[in-house]
Amino acid sequence: MELDPFMLARMQFAANISFHILFPTITIGLCWILLYFRVRFTLSGDKAWEYAYSFWVKIFALSFALGVVSGITMSFQFGTNWPGFMERAGNIAGPLLGYEVLTAFFLEASFLGIMLFGKERVSNRLHLISTALVAIGTTFSAFWILSLNSWMQTPAGYRIEDGVFFVESWWEVIFNPSFPYRFFHMLNASLLTAAFLIMGISAWRALKQVDGPATWRVMRTGAAMAAVLAPLQIWIGDLHGLNTLEHQPAKVAAMEGIWETEKGAPLTLFGFPDEEAKTTHFAIKVPKLASLILTHEWDGEVKGLNEFEGATPPVAPVFWAFRVMVGIGVLMLLVGWWASFTLFRQPLESRVEHPWLMRALSAMTFSGWIAVLAGWYVTEIGRQPWIVSGLLRSSEVVADHASATLMGTLLGYVGLYIFLLVSYIAALRYLATKPARSLSLLPQAKLFHKPDQEGV
Amino acid sequence: MDLSFWLPLFFAGAMGLALLIYVLLDGYDLGIGMLLPFASEEEKDLMIGSIGPFWDANETWIVLGVGILLIAFPQAHGIVLTALYLPVTIMLMGLILRGVAFDFRVKAGDARKGMWNALFAVGSLIASAAQGWMLGAYITGLSDDTTGLLFSALIAVTLPALYVLLGSAWLLIKTDGALFEKAIRWGRNALLPMGLCLLLVSVATPLVSSVIADKWFTLPNAIGLLPIPLITATAYAGLVWLFNSSVILRSGYGWLIFAALTVICVMASIGLGYSLFPEIIIGRLDLWEAAAATESLLFIFWGTVITLPAILGYTFFIYRVFRGKATALSYD
Repeated sequence: MELDPFMLARMQFAANISFHILFPTITIGLCWILLYFRVRFTLSGDKAWEYAYSFWVKIFALSFALGVVSGITMSFQFGTNWPGFMERAGNIAGPLLGYEVLTAFFLEASFLGIMLFGKERVSNRLHLISTALVAIGTTFSAFWILSLNSWMQTPAGYRIEDGVFFVESWWEVIFNPSFPYRFFHMLNASLLTAAFLIMGISAWRALKQVDGPATWRVMRTGAAMAAVLAPLQIWIGDLHGLNTLEHQPAKVAAMEGIWETEKGAPLTLFGFPDEEAKTTHFAIKVPKLASLILTHEWDGEVKGLNEFEGATPPVAPVFWAFRVMVGIGVLMLLVGWWASFTLFRQPLESRVEHPWLMRALSAMTFSGWIAVLAGWYVTEIGRQPWIVSGLLRSSEVVADHASATLMGTLLGYVGLYIFLLVSYIAALRYLATKPARSLSLLPQAKLFHKPDQEGV
Repeated sequence: MDLSFWLPLFFAGAMGLALLIYVLLDGYDLGIGMLLPFASEEEKDLMIGSIGPFWDANETWIVLGVGILLIAFPQAHGIVLTALYLPVTIMLMGLILRGVAFDFRVKAGDARKGMWNALFAVGSLIASAAQGWMLGAYITGLSDDTTGLLFSALIAVTLPALYVLLGSAWLLIKTDGALFEKAIRWGRNALLPMGLCLLLVSVATPLVSSVIADKWFTLPNAIGLLPIPLITATAYAGLVWLFNSSVILRSGYGWLIFAALTVICVMASIGLGYSLFPEIIIGRLDLWEAAAATESLLFIFWGTVITLPAILGYTFFIYRVFRGKATALSYD
């Protein structure tokens, strides 16, 4: 792989957007969970829900701050790395990004202040409304940015004059063919990521014996979510795949490592795709299964990569990322059911004594991140060499910076991001180690360790 | 009415407004960041407390400003951000550091609080200086000759002074006691470099372009424009006077400093806007050449007309909720 300015610009953009997406993925899902905690507290007056809220709102705020600052970087990266994209597709991309800023960013950032620091200053009702507004804001944000991303995957509602895109129908642009699938796939991914995060940290606290009634409620919330959302995600993912096959067959061919067009194509479980030799080495195949999954017919035709000469994505990263995503998805389903089956059979006000489940859950704390990154690599690398599928190549819109400049800033970003990621996880760990404040809700006899006023 | 004429004009105004609000609002929290090393540990918590509920939203205004540049003037967006690639990258790293330091300093444990406080200050300084550099480079028409670079460097050194003044002014509104007294001293120290920054920007624009010089120094324009420098000078004199009559500041009029600074920033924006108009990049591109397609502008125009007043409305509401003197923040 040669590090020309184009490759460096792509790597830099990939580094920035990969780091960025980690945090919205958490906040979009976590904010709806916080709203649920808030509603449960308001309805029941059960202090445990209040403690759950005040513990998780801190992690929310930290994640949100990381999302905001890395998001500001993104808003500049379009211009600094891909100025040609805005010059050519600005008529479409601009307003979609604009609506994101206007309808989402300000709403989130403003009401976050009340959500975090306003409990003493506003009524419970207004505090609840603020939480809801932030949750709605994060979801709006996902709506617009996924609409733009989907348009780049499956462009619609446009015309091109002298290489510049113009809008024919905003409705078709916004609700382009892949948008509904991508939107719900990502929202659900966000909820699943948050569900495993809250279960994972709660389980870790149980293992460290710093848990309390709020921790148990949070863990059950996560387990119920995972049990329902993991199968739902597999179903949405399947629909999304059918949509991709229709609109971006080259991407699907790369995901499956299929080189020649065939009917009744076998499913390659594992193997090593080789672009030079145009084959997948050591492939373990299940006959006809790819056709069944992709077309829902035993003998359905699946187009191979060789049909798209000169316009195929890099095969190996797409092929592997897809397997990582699916693998974690299946693991989430199994662990989600295991957790629900175990947790909902025992009384609410008692400790969870299932060390293996606790270990599994805490090992999966950040599993959502890996699945989400892998999923985005599939869809983004899978779109290459296009920036707008079939219409505009990434190489046509890249900025003209020197390799040294790009390499220097790339190293700067990567160094900063590693430092921040380590700090983030360390801060989560630090917050999680404090004994649960909700322990004070237990009758003294039940105490297995002393509540700490300093803790949360 | 010719939309292809009016819409770029509307968005140029909206972009100017967003950036002006950004300078005033994020200016004060960046300023407080830079002042942090000069405060005691307790005061640090109070200073952070005074910006806690606001900084996220404050920072969103630059996203809107750059967003409008991108939406309404995609041609200019590409040119400006390509030319300013390095300062933009440096500014972003500064903003990242300070943004996360704000949260980490209270959540990562006391052992690391000192490090995050330092990063908060350093990040604020880097971001402010980089913005100064970008302003300087923009005013000189993105030229990269020695004079241009020297000028950018001068603005990079002096613009942080404006932010420090805004930060002090904010503390005069939100705090009292020893911190209040310190804020008066900090503000006084920043007054001179900030005046220099103002003067440089005002003098440089006509020097860069003879077209701009003609706009300002020919009759009858010169007379009509006179209020801009006059009001600015009066506000500046007012600042000097207020900082030397601290008894007025102490008797509940601390907000006057922020008001005077607002007046100066508004005047500077009007002056700059007048100088540039109708260009968006001096000597290269005018508003209409850089503008996006009219139907795209119209689509986002309706969104802006509806949401911008709502944004201003709830921003005002948030400031009302958190009015009064600041207390150290508690997440509980």
